[in-house]
Amino acid sequence: MKKDIILKAENISKQYRLGQVGTGTLSHDVNRWWHQIRGKDDPYLKIGDTNDRSTKGTSDYVWALQDINFEVERGEVLGIIGKNGAGKSTLLKILSKVTAPTTGSIKSRGRIASLLEVGTGFNGEMTGRENIFLNGAILGMTKKEIASKLDEIIEFSGCQRYVDTPVKRYSSGMTVRLAFAVAAFLEPEILVIDEVLAVGDAEFQKKAIGKMQDISKGEGRTVLFVSHNMAAIKQLCTKTIMMENGIMVFEGNTNEGIDYYLKSNQYGGYVNQYINDTSKGSGFRKLSLVDDKKDLRTEFGFDESIFIKIEVKIDESHLKAHLGFRLVDIKGRVIFTSEIKLGERIKSAGLYEFEVKIPEQFLVPNQFNLTFGLHIPNLEVIDYKQDCLSFEIVETGSDFNLYSGNDYGCVFVDCNWKII
Amino acid sequence: MNNNTQNNKDWLFEITPKNNFFSLNFKEIWQYRDLLFLFVKRDVITVYKQTVLGPLWYLIQPLFTSVTFTIIFNNVAGIKTGEIPSFLFNLAGITVWNYFTACLTGTSDTFKANANIFGKVYFPRIITPLSVVISNLIKFGIQFLIFIVFYIFYYFQGYNLILNTTILFFPILIAVMGILGLGLGMLISSMVTKYRDLSNLVTFGVQLLMYLSAVMYPMELIKDKLPKFGWLVKYNPLAYIIETSRYMLLNTGEISILGLGYTLLVTIAVFFVGLLIFNKTEKSFIDTV
Repeated sequence: MKKDIILKAENISKQYRLGQVGTGTLSHDVNRWWHQIRGKDDPYLKIGDTNDRSTKGTSDYVWALQDINFEVERGEVLGIIGKNGAGKSTLLKILSKVTAPTTGSIKSRGRIASLLEVGTGFNGEMTGRENIFLNGAILGMTKKEIASKLDEIIEFSGCQRYVDTPVKRYSSGMTVRLAFAVAAFLEPEILVIDEVLAVGDAEFQKKAIGKMQDISKGEGRTVLFVSHNMAAIKQLCTKTIMMENGIMVFEGNTNEGIDYYLKSNQYGGYVNQYINDTSKGSGFRKLSLVDDKKDLRTEFGFDESIFIKIEVKIDESHLKAHLGFRLVDIKGRVIFTSEIKLGERIKSAGLYEFEVKIPEQFLVPNQFNLTFGLHIPNLEVIDYKQDCLSFEIVETGSDFNLYSGNDYGCVFVDCNWKII
Repeated sequence: MNNNTQNNKDWLFEITPKNNFFSLNFKEIWQYRDLLFLFVKRDVITVYKQTVLGPLWYLIQPLFTSVTFTIIFNNVAGIKTGEIPSFLFNLAGITVWNYFTACLTGTSDTFKANANIFGKVYFPRIITPLSVVISNLIKFGIQFLIFIVFYIFYYFQGYNLILNTTILFFPILIAVMGILGLGLGMLISSMVTKYRDLSNLVTFGVQLLMYLSAVMYPMELIKDKLPKFGWLVKYNPLAYIIETSRYMLLNTGEISILGLGYTLLVTIAVFFVGLLIFNKTEKSFIDTV
């Protein structure tokens, strides 16, 4: 079957100049112009490092995007993911014609409208109704189109009562609702959306996701969607590309893309050991994750036990403290907390080592963080290590392996099912 | 792959780094005409929202400036305005001059002032300076009404005011002035994105320019009194516009076909250079602004 490609990006690259623009700009411009009239290449285009913000490069010029190629079919919802500074927003800016690429081209068969941070162009002095028209026009609608959808837009925004009030009196949530409502009723063939769902309450987010599903599925329009919200990406996108330091590192199925994102990014390199031998007083000296063979590990199979080793120094004054840890999954859900009263275990100050076991076949395949605390309840926090260790439970044949990707909870519980 | 070669023709548009100097897309601007209208509406109505005097503010500024000029330049410094009442002479000059400055200052920070919105949505950027020129035209219209009121007032006071047939060309003169302001504004706004120095220059440059544009004195006066520096005014296209507009409205001063032709040429040149650079800038200014 012939593919209906609506948007095609070919070798898109974008170069930025680092540091202060100002001193040297004129000389670079003159130099560039001098090369240009002699028919030579731009002298500053050749140099350039990849855009890794954590390492210091040698050149003043970086590539925010490098050789991005992709195609989008009509009706597809393309998710674009990647950590901060990976080049997602630059890509969207190029797609929505806000800035031009340094090299490469984008070809499109449809009108592109972008929704980069909603509320763009809202004028605080004007009423909601006036702003609907203004914002709609900025996004490329004609007055007639807006007028025919005005009632729907107002209803969708849920701001009926405020529609004749100046927008500066709106709460930020209301502004976002109104802005999203305008954009949702746009009718471009391709809609570009950046991080809209970060704001607004849960009810509105649900509404917004629903509307976006309608747009893509019901009306057959194409959506490019950038977000850090993996749940939204998962719900909406049929295809995902992942960016890293300006390079496209993954293109394909959404679920695989999200996995790639989770593994390589946010929790990249799970931490299995924490050592602190500088401080003198009470506190954690060494925290580590090991398996039953005492080897340091970051990934555990579903059917393996996890051992947490806690080396902690206790001063005379802290003999009554509580020692505990909290297990949190990648979505920020607290799974459980475990704690002991030191007074019941030790009698004198010193360096102690504890071992804690998280039983096998208990945590569902997921990524987890551990936070450790040593405190006297309601009195003093002696030591606190947030998200200090992290690990992953890998699916090694749990009863739920068929449901991978669905949220079926955080832990397995043997509920002792019986026929009576 | 065969499909691709076959389909290459029917792409709706292409985004590329290379830009054509004269890639002004009139069809696109026409598509966004509603936006132009709404921008004009926004500019006009937001000025007097939450003010007590509302649109009256449009009138207060030229009136007070004219009164001040009349006192300083005519009563104190003794500049003669012939049979025309000095106040009316100044009001005419200031009303016309104000339109130019409003166009110039309003458009000269187009990119900087709209960086926020330009950084997020695409629409033909030229819509913004165009809307400034048009909304200021409305403002000029209101200010011109007050001029007419005073004109009638002085007429019935017995002053010898004669209407000139060249007044029929007055709208064209104003259009030329608006285009000159727009062209210069586009030129400056494009360069401001990289060199912020220029925006400082505009604020006081406009004031200095006013003294060189025969706003508060007849053009021949400077030739008499400062023959050495007369050329500064002589080569200033704006001086011809101001002088001609006074000729049209008040039948005073002189009309120079040569000077007007020169003005027109400069205007066309400035406008096209401005447009050219504006177009070149709009593609990637967001990276430097």
